[in-house]
Amino acid sequence: MIDPTVTPVQTSVYSLGALFFQFLNSFGFIVLATVGLAIIFGMMGVINLAHGEFILIGVYGTALPYHAGVPLPLAMVIGVLVTTVFGVIIERTVVRHFYDRLLDSMVATWGLSLVVAQLLLIIFGSSLDSISTPLGNVRYGPFSSSVYRSILLPMIAILVLVGLYVLFTRTEFGIKARATIKDPETARAMGIDTDRMYVVTFAIGSALAGLTGALSAPSLGSITPNRGGTFLVEAFVAVVVGGPSVIVGTLSASGILSIFNATGSFFVDTFFGQMLMLLVAIVALRVLPNGITGYVDSWRQRRRAEQ
Amino acid sequence: MSETAPTEGIATRVRRALEGPNTLGNSTPFWVGFVAAVVALAAYPQVTDPYTALQTSRYFALAFLAISLSFIWGYSGVLSFGQVVFFGVSAYTFGIIGINFASTAGATAALFGAVAVGTVAAALLGYFMFYGGVRDVYVTILTLVVALVLNTFMGQTAGSEWAIGTARLGGFNGMTNIPKLTLGVGDASIVFQTVGFYYAALVALVGTYLGLRVLLNSSFGMTMVAVREDEERTAMFGYNVPFIKLVVFTIGGGLAALGGVFYATWGNYVDPSVFSIGFAALPVVWVSIGGRESLLGAIGATLLIERMRTGLSSGIGPIGSEWALVIVGGLLLGVILFMPAGIAPTLNDLKDELLERRSSRSPASSPTEDSVK
Repeated sequence: MIDPTVTPVQTSVYSLGALFFQFLNSFGFIVLATVGLAIIFGMMGVINLAHGEFILIGVYGTALPYHAGVPLPLAMVIGVLVTTVFGVIIERTVVRHFYDRLLDSMVATWGLSLVVAQLLLIIFGSSLDSISTPLGNVRYGPFSSSVYRSILLPMIAILVLVGLYVLFTRTEFGIKARATIKDPETARAMGIDTDRMYVVTFAIGSALAGLTGALSAPSLGSITPNRGGTFLVEAFVAVVVGGPSVIVGTLSASGILSIFNATGSFFVDTFFGQMLMLLVAIVALRVLPNGITGYVDSWRQRRRAEQ
Repeated sequence: MSETAPTEGIATRVRRALEGPNTLGNSTPFWVGFVAAVVALAAYPQVTDPYTALQTSRYFALAFLAISLSFIWGYSGVLSFGQVVFFGVSAYTFGIIGINFASTAGATAALFGAVAVGTVAAALLGYFMFYGGVRDVYVTILTLVVALVLNTFMGQTAGSEWAIGTARLGGFNGMTNIPKLTLGVGDASIVFQTVGFYYAALVALVGTYLGLRVLLNSSFGMTMVAVREDEERTAMFGYNVPFIKLVVFTIGGGLAALGGVFYATWGNYVDPSVFSIGFAALPVVWVSIGGRESLLGAIGATLLIERMRTGLSSGIGPIGSEWALVIVGGLLLGVILFMPAGIAPTLNDLKDELLERRSSRSPASSPTEDSVK
């Protein structure tokens, strides 16, 4: 394995690079898996335990047209659209009954996730053919990393966060949506159609889940109906560690968790990386019961009070 | 004559301890029905084949999970996805002790050791959470994450280096050759098998149910409900809310651990899937459907849903086994949407409403005429 022409210094630089790419890979995945859930939780106070299945619908919505001969980018667009439509239907029929019923929303969406995953299994069988990962690999020394997973996905993840920031702070829709979250009654009194805000916010969350599914479809390997759980766990953990503020919370929690996940995976194995990440999440929840952004908020308030 | 008075006194005293505003079913018809149901369950193995009886005793083991979740979620408002943690830890502990000390005394020690370890695990996790200010949905998620950590960890223990004494943890294949449920030492011991196991589980379950009813209707039960209704107000009255939650969570963990022992001894086998997200959610499904504020509803829902899942696994008519989860999920969704409290409390409300309407109608016809005059 070890190339005799490579000096130890070079090897350690290469390993550091590999660790960094592993981090980017994990970071991109966690941010994308989290952001849809974070919007729905942070803006609407509903925990969508079917989030993994929403992503899965994005995966299937992409893979099926792709296997039918549609070019990959177009198939991805179809995946996002299908998930968005599905999200709107679910919001109107199920989720809207559960605003301010946090625990019930978890249980109900859990039931939904069972149904969706099992229906996917019944309709499409135990697996779909995998889609090969585009863009190839970048090689450096003894290592190689996938351009798609370690470079493109993290970049898209950052772009999504920037886009959301602009959407929720700089546009009229964002201000109306945040007003609806803060105080629905006053918002209604000011002439905002709060019902519509909820639908649109949920649709955005679903579209992001669909986007995650579409982007993950080529990097999943075999596509099976039980993959939803993989997404859900990471997303779930990152949302609660991040706390109520959507963008900063997602960014900081994904960053911290993926550092531990990547380090553990790189030095031991993926099992260990996963476990290390979950253990860090447990400690983080114990130390910061309201998540990172909850802590930052209360710290800011305390400082203001002191002044 | 003189002897009947004290026995009546005991009967009323027992009923007073069992009944109260915190539990459903405080009427004589309820108790008649309850006794009839227990008698029917006791007679069941005599009229059915051993295989069905054995299947049913597995549902009893699972019902401990449901009753423990109903206790902590329904009465203290702590939704834990991690009851399976104590269930699984106890099952593994039973296996480890029972395999290392392969004797009747060893298996008996394993029973108590497993429940003790499961209970202590619950106490530690509870202390970690409740004294750290972890609340509401964060408790739910933290407990789920603990289950997933154990799932990941136990899954990679396939190698021979993962053994405690002679007990191999076995990774995804699980731990095999776990001894049978045993009580006693040497010759003075009973090994519970098939029908014997069924009765052991049934007696333990009924005993737990009655015991929890007494606890819930005691002053501690009132405090639990106060914590559920308004934590801050309860704290204002001088109650130590974290401590109460810790006690409740520990008791719940102990009950789940007892279920874990029954589960491990039922199949002489346990694997990491007891910590999986799918299994972790089942207690929530049973309790939500049965009614979280009804211990009996939770037990009943467990028995019926698991019975249905077993029935569907061989397929009923055109519906194959793959539809079982769709039906369970759909049922869960429907119940949460249309009967948020669950089936048992909804039926109870319906019964109260009917009784009220009848009692208000029958005297209503004559007194109104009186009042008109």
